[in-house]
Amino acid sequence: MRDYELQGVRLIDNYTYEIDIKGKYPQFKYWLAMPFFAAMPWEAIKLYAQPGFLESNISIDWYPVGTGPYYLAENNPERRMIMLRNQNYHPDYYPLVGEPGDVEDGLLTVAGQRLPFIDQIVFSLEKESIPYWDKFLQGYYDRSGISSDTFNSVISGTSNGGIQLSPELLARNIRLSIADILSIVYWGFNMLDDTVGGYTEQARKLRQAISLAFDVEEYITIFTNGRGTVATGPIPKGIFGYQDEQNSLSIYNLQLAKKLLAEAGYPNGINAKTGQPLQLYFEAFSSGDPDEKARFGWIQKQLAKLNIELIIRATDYNRFKEKMDNGDAQMYMWAWGADYPDPENFLFMFYSKNATVKHGGENGSNYSNPQFDALFEKFKDMEDTPERLALIQQMLQILKHDAPWIWGYFPQAYTLSNPWAAKGKPMTIGNNAFKYSRVDGKLRAKLQLQWNKPIIWPVPLLILTLIIIICPAFIAYKRRETATAEKI
Amino acid sequence: MWQYIIRRIIYAIPVLLGVNILTFLLFFVVNTPDDVARMQLGAKHVTQRMIDDWKTMHGYDLPLFYNAEQHSITKTIFWQKSVNLFVFDFGISDGGRDIKQAIKERYGPSLAIAIPALIIGLLVNVTVAMLLAFFKGTYLDSWGVILCVMLMSISVLFYIVGGQYLFARVLKWVPISGYADGWSSFKFVLLPIAVSVVGGIGAGVRWYRSFFVEEMNKDYVRTAKAKGLSDTTILFKHVLRNAMIPILTGIVVVLPLLFMGSLLLESFFAVPGLGSYTIDAIRNQDFAIVRAMVYLGSVLYILGLLLTDISYVMVDPRIKLQ
Repeated sequence: MRDYELQGVRLIDNYTYEIDIKGKYPQFKYWLAMPFFAAMPWEAIKLYAQPGFLESNISIDWYPVGTGPYYLAENNPERRMIMLRNQNYHPDYYPLVGEPGDVEDGLLTVAGQRLPFIDQIVFSLEKESIPYWDKFLQGYYDRSGISSDTFNSVISGTSNGGIQLSPELLARNIRLSIADILSIVYWGFNMLDDTVGGYTEQARKLRQAISLAFDVEEYITIFTNGRGTVATGPIPKGIFGYQDEQNSLSIYNLQLAKKLLAEAGYPNGINAKTGQPLQLYFEAFSSGDPDEKARFGWIQKQLAKLNIELIIRATDYNRFKEKMDNGDAQMYMWAWGADYPDPENFLFMFYSKNATVKHGGENGSNYSNPQFDALFEKFKDMEDTPERLALIQQMLQILKHDAPWIWGYFPQAYTLSNPWAAKGKPMTIGNNAFKYSRVDGKLRAKLQLQWNKPIIWPVPLLILTLIIIICPAFIAYKRRETATAEKI
Repeated sequence: MWQYIIRRIIYAIPVLLGVNILTFLLFFVVNTPDDVARMQLGAKHVTQRMIDDWKTMHGYDLPLFYNAEQHSITKTIFWQKSVNLFVFDFGISDGGRDIKQAIKERYGPSLAIAIPALIIGLLVNVTVAMLLAFFKGTYLDSWGVILCVMLMSISVLFYIVGGQYLFARVLKWVPISGYADGWSSFKFVLLPIAVSVVGGIGAGVRWYRSFFVEEMNKDYVRTAKAKGLSDTTILFKHVLRNAMIPILTGIVVVLPLLFMGSLLLESFFAVPGLGSYTIDAIRNQDFAIVRAMVYLGSVLYILGLLLTDISYVMVDPRIKLQ
């Protein structure tokens, strides 16, 4: 690579480089924070490229070289990874100011102190959820998520509609924090489809009717233990342009849905022209999740409210992707997680030049609206200004009218922290949160010891049980040994 | 005997070739090379060009069995990926790691559980089976057999989860899961070994008991009794020795397979052995690892069968290999 000139990139000094960008691209700052943009020392690349290194499993992705607050001292992703403090890390300090409420939350008690705080971070791989959860309860992990299996025994509802931790966790001073994940789970329509697609008023009303019949709140309660909020549009909370208020398409309204369905030419789910009941197809990818059947059943139930029969075509992800690439899907369910916190990273899924069938992009619904495209092209390279917000609102208005998606929901992450892990700001998109983390090692060691004292009283009981079992056998054996011969 | 061994090794070649073809077919009937590439590249921002590049880089851009363009069977995925296996060159995994090196690193943890579990299990099963056979026809025997059937009927998953709950979570005698190098691994392997032994008691005891009972009904036992030998002498000196022939040969067949580890135990106890390596490869659709592990399993199984035949000759002088 050193033999080739990388045009548009200049080295300023040992720690600085400059990149030229054609035109304006504000999102570029986010790209710089992504792992693949990290500057790599050419000496390291050359070292690892030597013969025999790869054959011995010595490669740069296994023994990485970098300039961050930690270095990877042990790398065995199948078992354990250990990160140790990088003694050569450049001076970096905890922020002096925060958001309103941060002082009260104790988040600024270490303001101005040198980062990182922790000397060693150990990641252990747990493939099964039960041992993982048990080890968290024993204090061997500082933080944990909550699996669906344990959710109901860990969290319960309060009389005022809130949630609280179980008495067992509260007694251990375990804390719960809830963070909005910058992602959306949605149901989409293929706009190329003859029945649900297209831009006629009938097709729009059909999609709007189906959207309104989906009780997303119920879905969140049943399938995610309430860990999510009903989406108000494609832009999740925490991203510029997010709409806080529910709107005409995000509120479940069966009556309006039936009215719109009739206006779309399907009164009570019957095609007014042919007299045939409306039948739709839903492409799904099967992951082997035990809840899957119930989830598919729930989706069918939403359409059954409008008297529409929904046929689920479940397959593996690769087949599903193939159908999406070929435009063979009618309805589908998918999710999108932010690459970077900018509305462009969500609204680009409606830009016609990203249509999956035509351009192989991320616009799975193959939505194409010249009016939206014009606004998107104007908005995408803008800074977060009131003008940009106005453009976003116009685009969202168009999307609500065309309804290529049923908005779905924004997932939330529930995290439990043991008492020795200091409070911190939730970070759902960045990769550098560990340098801000703090733990009280002494308290952890003390509580681990206290929580994990072996219970030894069953040991004598076990020995006694063994003696009780062995004794009669031994007596019977001895009796048989000394018995006199019997006449048969 | 050497002639016999050489003949068996030659017979193994078409078997291994068949296993290779079957693994290849099964894998690529379910997954196309495009699917494998997509799996490795992730779900986001994957274009057909990226898929094609990945396939070229990993040798999946060739036809499966016959290259019609070049009229060649060597310029195919099957040939390029499978023929080297015959010289135990497992190559590089689809994730970019050397498979032979990974096997070297992982067989230790697998054996740390498998060997003690086999030895302890054998001792426990033989002892209990002898006890039941000794008391044949009594309540002890009947209840013992019933208990064995009950133990056999319980899934090994129950033993794992139950063992982790009782001994690790409630009694806190051992860690729930994990692994450490050297002697530090002792506390981590105790529970998997115990689970493996208890999980195998039901079937093992019933099986071994049948050998002992069969031996105890033979004429030589009656003769020994008539000669006035004690039950203990008959049991340990005559019955045990003769019953051990089928038991030992049964053990020899599984000996090489211990190397492969346990898929379920290693996964639940987070042991970085070959069992979890295989299961992860299946989950990740890493064909390079799957074919290597299936091939290795087949070789070890054939080796086990050969060792069984040899062990027959060693423990029973009446048998000759031809």
